[in-house]
Amino acid sequence: MYIIIVGGGRVGYYLGRALLNEGHEILIVEKTARFCDIINEEMGSVCVQGDGCEAATLAEVGTARADMLVAVTGDDEDNMVACQVAKHKFNVPRTIARIRNPQNEMLFKKLGIDVTVSATNIIMEAIEKEVPTHPLTHLLTRSDKGLEIVEIRIPPDSKTIGKPIKQIPLPEGTKLALVIPINRKPVIPKPNTVIREGDQIVALTSLELEEELRANLTGI
Amino acid sequence: MKIIIMGCGRVGAQIVSLLEQGGHEITVLDIDANSFRRLPPDFKGTALLGNGMDEDVLKRAGIEEADVFVAMTQGDNRNVMAAQIAKHIFNVPRVISRIYDPLRQELYDTLGIEAFSPTTIFAELVRDKIES
Repeated sequence: MYIIIVGGGRVGYYLGRALLNEGHEILIVEKTARFCDIINEEMGSVCVQGDGCEAATLAEVGTARADMLVAVTGDDEDNMVACQVAKHKFNVPRTIARIRNPQNEMLFKKLGIDVTVSATNIIMEAIEKEVPTHPLTHLLTRSDKGLEIVEIRIPPDSKTIGKPIKQIPLPEGTKLALVIPINRKPVIPKPNTVIREGDQIVALTSLELEEELRANLTGI
Repeated sequence: MKIIIMGCGRVGAQIVSLLEQGGHEITVLDIDANSFRRLPPDFKGTALLGNGMDEDVLKRAGIEEADVFVAMTQGDNRNVMAAQIAKHIFNVPRVISRIYDPLRQELYDTLGIEAFSPTTIFAELVRDKIES
């Protein structure tokens, strides 16, 4: 695939290297001459100095034939514009934007940017997982498909403890995938599987339904 | 009308002065409190310190009831982002944005933002002066 990366900072640099190793044709657009020189010295001539938000620069690097554009500068607004120019001027089939402010996820989705990656959210989720009392952890989010996999813990004050799963109403469109009890092996949930204190339940759901699912599973 | 102006530079402050004469209710946003010195001494509207690309700041500025949002900072991308938040998240009826880069201005004009490019306007103005 031909992949254009806008932003040659740390994320752009390592992403470029990884994609090159996978055998893709890549091109990095970076504003700062010094960063360009480093990239070109280390990876061969794959970096062009310029502003990746400018249609003229993107035309120059052959964006019209790109399969994908990934915008990973440190500024949400620059990533947004690079993706929109790629999409609307050059019809790039897939655009991916890095975002810093998690609030922007919704906006970018509305604007038709295919995928957003929020470093802030990823760090928060990694930390959430390590906090034992946290009731709901996001394991995987595919916002482009409206799908997520979450882990819900059953706290000691849950009203569902001792009840079999078949007695618990689940929101339509969610599915329980795995029950991980504290000291026993994980089990695939069956209608008769009984919920116990401390269980970690892995479920497929969506952003809209996760809170309802958590409330139903814990009864609180 | 209730109007929010993002960016209290020379142009932003000038727009505030002109609009106030028309009796509009104005809130002006800037990330630098020092910029508010440009406002007219008898300014009756609200000057709010904060980033117009932040939804919480926009809510505090009253964007949910605004009739017009104007993005007037120095950064094209900042303007475009704030304008699109106003249009797509808060459904502000009229959204106007300054975009210096003529190519970007063209693109966002087709994407539903009333965008104008001072670069194009000024260049044409100078040409007309010379050729007239």
